Amino acid sequence: MSKTLFEKIWEKHVVKELSDGTALLYIDRHLVHEVTSPQAFEGLRMTGRKVRRQNLTFATMDHNVPTDDRSVIRDPISRAQVEALSKNCADFGVTLYDLDSDKQGIVHTIGPELGITLPGLTMVCGDSHTSTHGAFGTLAFGIGTSEVEHVLATQTLRQKKPKTYKVEYTGKLQPHVFSKDMILKLIGLIGTAGGTGYVLEYCGEAIRSLSMEARMTVCNMSIEGGARAGMIAPDDITFDYVSAEDRPFAPKGEAFEKAVEYWRTLPGDDGAKFDATITIDASEIAPQVTWGTSPGMVTDVTATVPEPGSVPGYSAGDVEKALEYMGLTPGTPLTDVSVDTVFIGSCTNGRIEDLRRAAKIFEGRKKADSVKLLVVPGSEAVRRQAEAEGLDKVFKGAGAEWRFAGCSMCLGMNPDQLKPQERSASTSNRNFEGRQGKGGRTHLVSPEMAAAAAIEGHFVDIRQWSNG
Amino acid sequence: MDRFETYTGVVGTLDRANVDTDQIIPKQFLKSIKRTGFGESLFFDWRYNEVGKPDQDFELNAPAFAGASVLVTRNNFGCGSSREHAVWAIAQYGFRTVIAPWAQRGDVRVPAFADIFRNNCVKNGVLTIELSSAEVDEIFSAVNASPGLKATVNLEAQTIALESGKSFSFEVDPGVKETLLKGLDDIAQTLEHESDISAFEATHNTQLG
Ligand code: SF4
Repeated sequence: MSKTLFEKIWEKHVVKELSDGTALLYIDRHLVHEVTSPQAFEGLRMTGRKVRRQNLTFATMDHNVPTDDRSVIRDPISRAQVEALSKNCADFGVTLYDLDSDKQGIVHTIGPELGITLPGLTMVCGDSHTSTHGAFGTLAFGIGTSEVEHVLATQTLRQKKPKTYKVEYTGKLQPHVFSKDMILKLIGLIGTAGGTGYVLEYCGEAIRSLSMEARMTVCNMSIEGGARAGMIAPDDITFDYVSAEDRPFAPKGEAFEKAVEYWRTLPGDDGAKFDATITIDASEIAPQVTWGTSPGMVTDVTATVPEPGSVPGYSAGDVEKALEYMGLTPGTPLTDVSVDTVFIGSCTNGRIEDLRRAAKIFEGRKKADSVKLLVVPGSEAVRRQAEAEGLDKVFKGAGAEWRFAGCSMCLGMNPDQLKPQERSASTSNRNFEGRQGKGGRTHLVSPEMAAAAAIEGHFVDIRQWSNG
Repeated sequence: MDRFETYTGVVGTLDRANVDTDQIIPKQFLKSIKRTGFGESLFFDWRYNEVGKPDQDFELNAPAFAGASVLVTRNNFGCGSSREHAVWAIAQYGFRTVIAPWAQRGDVRVPAFADIFRNNCVKNGVLTIELSSAEVDEIFSAVNASPGLKATVNLEAQTIALESGKSFSFEVDPGVKETLLKGLDDIAQTLEHESDISAFEATHNTQLG
């Protein structure tokens, strides 16, 4: 029978079908960070259990870390959490990339960089953006802390088989339109719960022509569409990425050749059936900007702030509440909305390619005086690469603060936060109330859109702006 | 984990859709390395005003909802991050059941709860119940008509009965039902299949997947 990419990987990892209708699924890679793991390690201690497969478990610290001065974490509670991870990794024999490591970074940025993420694997992390790794043709999804403990102890998870959703992007993207716009567009169409219970499989011409980094941006935000996982079938672009130098955990030489041979069997078969399907014409996608407090509250940059009652999937009351929080009036063109802070970074858009594209926009230009601009690489490796290419100079020349790697302003768990009512253009993935700091107002955009907003002090249609 | 036994409790309402985990428990409370103490921070940004006092405008702060243990809310509850802290906060506040409606969007039936959140609930003995929008509307009206209304949740029989007379039946996954009713420990259950896991590992190549 014809199978989808997801089905092939799923079947290969079922240890046992259980009587309650779930499957015991084997997990090939487990990523760990400081926020969602302490209670799991504590659980192991209390029950006298061990980490079953230390060599498949990798930890880093990202959410709490300061991105300016890393020599000291001033917040004692943050520091305690980071220290707990160090102790837990030492006690349980787990590899840790801590603040002193040149491999440290956001967990979803370093997994692919280090070759921990490979096609065909099952991968989990106590973090919903684990979906990022699906860009390699990996079944990767976020789990809660109880499940983290379960994987640490058993290297398996009890899972109900999800349904499959084919998301096809036909045609070619317009210049300056990003993979970020592709995924925001989808979320606008299916809603933030539209993918709940499904694994999304992205395909079509516009997906195939994306780089690995751009594919990761798409898969990253699958969770914002409600799906725990999003996947893209591996191809030569994937294999090239995996075979790059400096990926210590990726197979090399003959082992690599053998792996590629297997990975080529992973893409879904012709005629494989999906439970749901959607087709989007990529050539018609405009740069997207969110206007509300949910990633589904998104529209074209050429549009205006919507009227309550006119947004599919949201009640008039939901829209009113969101607009009130955001301080926006219906009918205002989005290009008239000015921003106070611009954040370029996060596991969605903090990779080298994102920084290169943003830097191109900044070249020879300066940010508006009224704007605070923060550029935060997703990992220390990205930071070094950017500095080697001189991107840091471009950013600093434009008036940006150039930082060390971490989650930074994606969520205000560290010192980088919005103040109440401050408005940001952000390349991150969530515009929930208070996400970037209590009372902060977040607009999600692509790196180029964020850069242009920093220069102009308000949103612009990057397609015209960069032509003119 | 405690067994989920039939109980009667006050129904509290939260009339909002797409309540995300950042709202259920804001990030500053994720720094704890303990598993307790989250109840006080549930819905923190909504529940307390600038000076840290309960905000009277927030629904769940209504005196009639004191001690509520059944939460009724709208679609897509628990969306956003994987933080189990959200469920710890809900459970430690005292909610043992959360009710929300599924929704229809085009051809797709949109579940009432986000996936990871729903899984996390099971691990913490919290029952999530999906009803139709019409049924959830009925519960909202019944509570609005008599705030402080109680309901009896019977997982065995898969029913929820309002004090005012009306009762609803709900679907539940058989595995989830068993886990909750027996208060089973997941890891211990899985370790009963230890030999299967070892046998699987003997042939499985974790570099190839
Ligand atoms: S960058 Fe943001 S979304 Fe990504 S892992 Fe960090 S906090 Fe989560």
